Amino acid sequence: MSAPPDTREVILEARELTREFDGVKALDRFSFKLHRGEVLGLLGANGAGKTTAMNCLLGLTLPTGGDLFAFGLPLHQHRIAILQRANFSSAYTALPGNLLVRQNLIVFARIYGVKEPKKKIAELMELLEISHLADRVTGQLSAGESTRVNLVKAFLNDPELLMLDEPTASLDPDIADKVRKVVRKVQRERNIGILYTSHNMRDIEEVCDRVIFLHKGKIVREGTPTDIVAQSSSTNLEDVFIKIARDGEVIDEPAKEKQS
Amino acid sequence: MNFNTISALVLRYLYLYTRSPMRLVELVFWPVVDLVVWGNVTVFIQANSDAKFGEFILFFLGAMILWDIMFRAQQGVAISFLEDVWTRNLLNIFVAPVRTLEYVSATFIVGTLRIAITAIVLSLISWFGYSFNIFQLEWWLIPFFANLMLFGWSLGMMSTALILRWGQAAESLAWAVPFFFQPVVAVFYPVDKMPAWSQPIAWCFPPTYIFEGMRDVMKTGSMNWNYLWISTGLNVLFLAVAGCLFLWILNLTRKRGLLTKFATQ
Repeated sequence: MSAPPDTREVILEARELTREFDGVKALDRFSFKLHRGEVLGLLGANGAGKTTAMNCLLGLTLPTGGDLFAFGLPLHQHRIAILQRANFSSAYTALPGNLLVRQNLIVFARIYGVKEPKKKIAELMELLEISHLADRVTGQLSAGESTRVNLVKAFLNDPELLMLDEPTASLDPDIADKVRKVVRKVQRERNIGILYTSHNMRDIEEVCDRVIFLHKGKIVREGTPTDIVAQSSSTNLEDVFIKIARDGEVIDEPAKEKQS
Repeated sequence: MNFNTISALVLRYLYLYTRSPMRLVELVFWPVVDLVVWGNVTVFIQANSDAKFGEFILFFLGAMILWDIMFRAQQGVAISFLEDVWTRNLLNIFVAPVRTLEYVSATFIVGTLRIAITAIVLSLISWFGYSFNIFQLEWWLIPFFANLMLFGWSLGMMSTALILRWGQAAESLAWAVPFFFQPVVAVFYPVDKMPAWSQPIAWCFPPTYIFEGMRDVMKTGSMNWNYLWISTGLNVLFLAVAGCLFLWILNLTRKRGLLTKFATQ
């Protein structure tokens, strides 16, 4: 029995999104919907198309086919209005290392037009337990501290849509756990829709309501983490990930056998 | 266009300069070295030549200061962009609600601030060190500075576009691009003393009219107004071409997916 359709507002939608690089399809007619208040995990091995999808959704790479909508608006025609209501954090970007944490956050608060930026920054830093870092030089922070500063930047404008690209990459289990908990807490409190990529299946199981597995630019699995594990011959999400990464669509076979 | 966004981006550069005194030193170090070298050469030649030639040699100092204005304007745009590349901040900017025009405007403002600092320092040194008063150009200085700044901005956008297209391997263009033009824009010598074949080329670029005008003003106290109009007209054209080139390459990098590679390398 399939799950009932989600009636919440769709805040991000890709329709038949395709992106080719030199004749190779990094994304092949990729379609999905992200609802308000939902955390959607985008999973796949390296080269599966996650980063390309994220880059298309952020307007950094133009798709070769298909359409993208955010808040019901075509993304490329309303990029600035959409970005005003969205935010992004990645383990692979940094805030200028030679500025103080406070200075970096003030700059981004002003870019996003945050009212009472100092108060907002103080609140978010307290929430992420990094108030003591305000006057530290950004480039001297540890990976965990830097990730949490990036998250403060990502929450500054109270985004309705948040894209998190491997937010727990290179974090120790303790900090990764704290980051997951904070993301989930803020997401629930503010009803944010989050698109979340990670190679850490613990992240996905704890944070994501629904996941999409990509393989060679196509969706090969979609559902809640629990359902996906239940429908496969695997015992956990990590096994499912490994099987999809190695065999791609062949993952369907054991599931069918189990059902029969 | 949102002025809060522009002021936020300018604030970021101001933080950067106040946090890094070496950047402030870099702003004045090379211009001062150039000025001292040219100033000493001027003093030496003045002492060993007739009075008329001694006057002509002062053109070098005026030309050097004006050239530096143009160079600093170009640097303001190109280096501000490279600061974002070096700090891996470019992606944060491109996924924030920042319009290309707002980003470029902020680099223009930073370029203007850089020029102001350089111009003040050079003026003081040339006045006290070599008795050369750049303010003898009087009100002409304003259109001279404005036109050279506009051309510097155009070159800055062109340099940035080329760096965007070819990545960090092309970084040296941020310093090299103005020097492609230096031989043909009659910075240190009049156009009619250039080889005949190069003279029509020289008149295609806005700074040529300014450097010719500067020599006229220093000699006669006035200049041909047409030089100013032509220079301004050409600057508008160059600015439009540079802006289109920048937007075209930015779009091309998005189409080819190069922007993220470049921004995260």
